[in-house]
Amino acid sequence: MNAVSLDDRRLQAIMTSLDTEPLPAASTPPTAARPRPTPWLQTERGQAFTAALGRWFRAAIPPAFGLGLFVLVWQLISVSSSEPGLPGPAKTWAAAQALFADPFYDNGPNDQGIGWNILHSLARVGTGFGLAALVGIPLGFMIGRFAFLSGMVAPIISLLRPVSPLAWLPIGLYVFKETEPASIWVIFISSIWPIILNTAAGVTRVPKDYLNVARVLALSEWKVFTRILFPAVLPYLMTGIRLSIGVAWLVIVAAEMLTGGSGLGFWVWDEWNNLNVEHILIAIFIVGFTGLLLEQGLLWLAKRFEYA
Amino acid sequence: MHPYLHIEKASMVFDTKKGRFHALRDINLKVEQGEFIALIGHSGCGKSTLLNLVAGLIEPTSGVLLLNEREIRGPGPDRAMVFQNHSLLPWMTCYGNVYLAVERVFGAKETRKQLKARTEAALELVHLTHAMHKYPHEISGGMKQRVGIARALAMQPKLLLMDEPFGALDALTRASLQDELMRIVQETRATTLMVTHDVDEAVLLADRIVMMTNGPAATIGEVLNVDLPRPRDRLALAEDRHYHHLRHEVLEFLYQKQLRKAA
Repeated sequence: MNAVSLDDRRLQAIMTSLDTEPLPAASTPPTAARPRPTPWLQTERGQAFTAALGRWFRAAIPPAFGLGLFVLVWQLISVSSSEPGLPGPAKTWAAAQALFADPFYDNGPNDQGIGWNILHSLARVGTGFGLAALVGIPLGFMIGRFAFLSGMVAPIISLLRPVSPLAWLPIGLYVFKETEPASIWVIFISSIWPIILNTAAGVTRVPKDYLNVARVLALSEWKVFTRILFPAVLPYLMTGIRLSIGVAWLVIVAAEMLTGGSGLGFWVWDEWNNLNVEHILIAIFIVGFTGLLLEQGLLWLAKRFEYA
Repeated sequence: MHPYLHIEKASMVFDTKKGRFHALRDINLKVEQGEFIALIGHSGCGKSTLLNLVAGLIEPTSGVLLLNEREIRGPGPDRAMVFQNHSLLPWMTCYGNVYLAVERVFGAKETRKQLKARTEAALELVHLTHAMHKYPHEISGGMKQRVGIARALAMQPKLLLMDEPFGALDALTRASLQDELMRIVQETRATTLMVTHDVDEAVLLADRIVMMTNGPAATIGEVLNVDLPRPRDRLALAEDRHYHHLRHEVLEFLYQKQLRKAA
């Protein structure tokens, strides 16, 4: 029973001693006792990462081979053709670098940067397609809903749809007296058919059960449209939009070759007149790449509207 | 006193591409409020046609259908329908599907809060509160059918019409849904017309079984009174002599009096 015999002074000394301060050892954990952490690649997340990486490589290898072969064949053709031959990949690449170094210069109406030309083409496609959607979607809904109207317009559509879009250009030029609305008109008329036809097909294919639900509930026409018809038709509508933007993008290059002024089509023709073949090849890649982006973007959008 | 649902001399003739098809002739039926009627018959006998007539989805070629002394003209939310393949709108959640019906029936005179409460109560009734915010493709077939029932019941219809509601389900799910339906009908006292081709289902659920003759020009052959006491329990009934007698009556009608050679 030593503690009992402690006098006050000793007690005070103990209480104020350094012992009451936090122990330095407690603030740093004992490193030696800690288990060695698993290397990250062997953890669950690490393994998932390597598996994903493997999948990605397996998916990326065939396209990489394809593209490599494409460039190789291109190179072979350019080497074997007689002077002045087709520009090879390296020469085209150098030209592209120069071109994209300053995409947005503006030296008057007939000499603008590539960026402007792309944007001009996209703007025309956007306007023409927008107008086509504005007219085509309601028309498609009405054609799908009313058999009489469908019978009325069916022969007109069948007759006009196979017409080459460019055949409409002179009509546009004659009516509008200007190239800009004429090229938009060509886009409009060529992209409206897929929208009308797909929307109408979607409306006629709305499952009868859904419409019976609407009938049993005696929903108003507006509710039928917003809650049943429109959501049911949306996947078809998205297909129509995708097809028609695809067509519009095909057509715009050709239309701009004829109307001139600005845009990718004009640029291709201009460079052909300058005999700058590298630029024509670059234009082909730009058209292809932009079309691909549009398609993928719309596919992504369509997926968001899909229901299982 | 007038019957709640009164079908008098109704007949139905369809104009098809192959000519006129006489589906139903001379249908006479009186249903009292709160009754559960099962319509049974071989496939193609026009039981769904009869149900669609009551729903107002089609109009009879001749005859009259009266509900609460008023002629049925066109479909309406006072006769809620549970379809065979659930018919939920796939772009709406379970809640959204039920709410659409609730909003249509009560939206004019009730607040949003009340509509929400009604929707939730209907889903609660079929034990689907946990799956309320799932989309139809995320839930099982049995659950979808329960949402369909919730949608119909939430409308507080005068008549609950069911077109082979459990036909597409497996036997176990069907049994549990039948039990749930019995409980719900007991709770809500809904007047129900159910089309079925399942004899056990008809005897288990119905107060009366309306047996239809074979088409074309089908009509009501016999009506069987199912005087089994409620609440009914499927296990107890399996040993019940009277249950088996009633079951036998229906089978006899279907397989002796109305035997149909397999085509």
